[in-house]
Amino acid sequence: MNIFKKIFKNNFSFFLVLFIFSGSLNAAEGTTFKNQKPGFSFEGPFGKFDKESLKRGYQVYSEVCSACHGMKQLSFRNLSQPGGPEFSVEKVKAIASGYSIFDGTNEYGEPIERSMALTDRFPKPYGSKDEAKAANNGAYPPDLSLIVKARVDGYNYLYSLLNGYEEEIPEDLDIGDLSYNPWFPGGAIAMYQPLYDESVEYEDGTIATIDQMSYDVTNFLAWAAEPTMEERKKLGFTVMGFLFIFLILMYLSVNKLFKDVH
Amino acid sequence: MNHDYQYTPKNGFSKWLDKRLPLMRFADENLLSFPTPKNLNYFYTFGFILTMCLVTQIITGIVLAMHYVPNTLLAFDSIEHIMRDVNYGWLIRYTHSNGASMFFLAVFIHMFRGLYYGSYKEPREIIWILGVVIFLLMIITGFMGYVLPWGQMSFWGATVITNLVATIPIIGEPVLTLLLGGYSVDNPTLNRFFSLHYLLPFVIFGVVILHIWALHVTGNNNPTGIEVKDSKDTISFHPYYTVKDLFAYIVFLLMFCYFIFYNPNILGHPDNYIEADPMLTPAHIVPEWYLLPFYAILRAVPDKLMGVLLMFGSIVVLFFLPWLDTMKVKSARYRPLYKIFFLLFVVSCLLLGYLGAKAPEGIYLFLSRVSTIYYFAFFLVIMPVLSRIEKPLPMPIGISNPAIDSSVYDSGNGVASGAPSYAMDSVNRH
Repeated sequence: MNIFKKIFKNNFSFFLVLFIFSGSLNAAEGTTFKNQKPGFSFEGPFGKFDKESLKRGYQVYSEVCSACHGMKQLSFRNLSQPGGPEFSVEKVKAIASGYSIFDGTNEYGEPIERSMALTDRFPKPYGSKDEAKAANNGAYPPDLSLIVKARVDGYNYLYSLLNGYEEEIPEDLDIGDLSYNPWFPGGAIAMYQPLYDESVEYEDGTIATIDQMSYDVTNFLAWAAEPTMEERKKLGFTVMGFLFIFLILMYLSVNKLFKDVH
Repeated sequence: MNHDYQYTPKNGFSKWLDKRLPLMRFADENLLSFPTPKNLNYFYTFGFILTMCLVTQIITGIVLAMHYVPNTLLAFDSIEHIMRDVNYGWLIRYTHSNGASMFFLAVFIHMFRGLYYGSYKEPREIIWILGVVIFLLMIITGFMGYVLPWGQMSFWGATVITNLVATIPIIGEPVLTLLLGGYSVDNPTLNRFFSLHYLLPFVIFGVVILHIWALHVTGNNNPTGIEVKDSKDTISFHPYYTVKDLFAYIVFLLMFCYFIFYNPNILGHPDNYIEADPMLTPAHIVPEWYLLPFYAILRAVPDKLMGVLLMFGSIVVLFFLPWLDTMKVKSARYRPLYKIFFLLFVVSCLLLGYLGAKAPEGIYLFLSRVSTIYYFAFFLVIMPVLSRIEKPLPMPIGISNPAIDSSVYDSGNGVASGAPSYAMDSVNRH
């Protein structure tokens, strides 16, 4: 009895349902343009983050994006964790100590200001949501911790958006005070073009083109949204490998058992 | 069924125990030696797979509840805390969230299987009805669970669905207020949804026990739809079906693992990674994929109250299945017409699922209406009519006897000669 053939025959509709749903679900809302796909190292079942790109990406975030966008789910300690940019602990301590925070009060009830440590969250750019809106054309700059997971085709979209500002606005589009970006739904975006060539000076000497910075910061944000991705894929391989061996044993068992059942 | 076999305690302890609490006897009769038709195919493994799904959801859910905070200010961040800081929290949470999808995928296949092989027919009406109760409880539990991460889709999905209650005349508004714990979806709503989301799986567990109990009274249906006649038709549950079920479960697990480890967010909506904002409505509010067919039915109707009634009606109608389809021949294998209408029904369900994710306008709306009409027509018109007019194909005498049962063939109508007569027939022939 050929069980595999039988399973496929019997459960064909099952795979069909699976296929239909896995393909069509998130295709519902598209952006104006088809996203560019620069190709990231973390894609695919064995994909890993490019650590050098993550380090550069953090530099872009901290020098450019962090002026308006917070990352409230991230702590400085995450920067030295395995599976991330893997800065040395000393380096991260040095980065953290560059920021300060009011933490508790002294015996007179006055707030104490101290420099940040590994355990602190990334600093917030604004004290409140209203302050953030007032400073940004009335639009709230979203927290970036989960931005890659919170958009359809997350990282390709972000890369396309950051890399896709255009000077020439189509004649039929009135964008007012906003900027034009064909990748943003509707085309009019409140965020001014954030990246220009040489916006940052990379520590490792890489030339900071808009394209390079968009790529690096997208890498960084993809890691920030899912810092356990490398661990997940690695464990998945082990678990599925085990299950596959188990599957073969069970296949042989079923075959043997049902040989005499007619 | 096999009545020759009797459980006999083998050693001193099991003899002692058997007189006081016949636990081993119970396990032996229901799990080990339980006589099961020998011709069950892989569609019959989903009962076991579903039991494992429920157990997985309960175990992962209990661990998640240790770390989750049901408060509108903290819920979203507590999920991220689980994903980032709890040891293997990402694994537990992805297993739970994808587990819900797997659970529904399995239950849909399980139900379609019952529909195809006529497993709801006499004497298995109660098994089917309990199954529909479980399905209803699963929908409620799944919906409440989706609200807990307090993302944009959680919040707006909850708002849309709970507001359906308000369409019911007179009692609608007060019931809605009770359900929400206020006038809109807010902290009290999250608290009670969390409480009920924790409770309902155990209720499901209880109904599952009744479901299996009822199954063990009548015994399994099988792909021929012909009742078991003697011990030649059956094999013991263990080792045959324990091993076969386990094999099928591993195939299922491999697919489950693909989602957990390699595509954990594909079945969810990206908007649910944005924290709930009552001031900002998403462009499209869509429920989880497994509720899309019902959502499509809801939106296919121009009148809101009628839409709600039809949506609930689409599940309520399932309770009456055993009395809508009175054809004595159970399996679609011997019902050429039913088989075609059944396949169309599967297509209409898949189509409704697809349309549930689309905006209800133009061709999508038209197709939703056609599919909705077919969905109800299948149960309310096609089933009763086919029961009267369909001529079943020649059937074998029994599971182990492929010879054609000429009595059925001659009479030509499954209604006239009921299942018991086949049994008589085969006995006479022996």
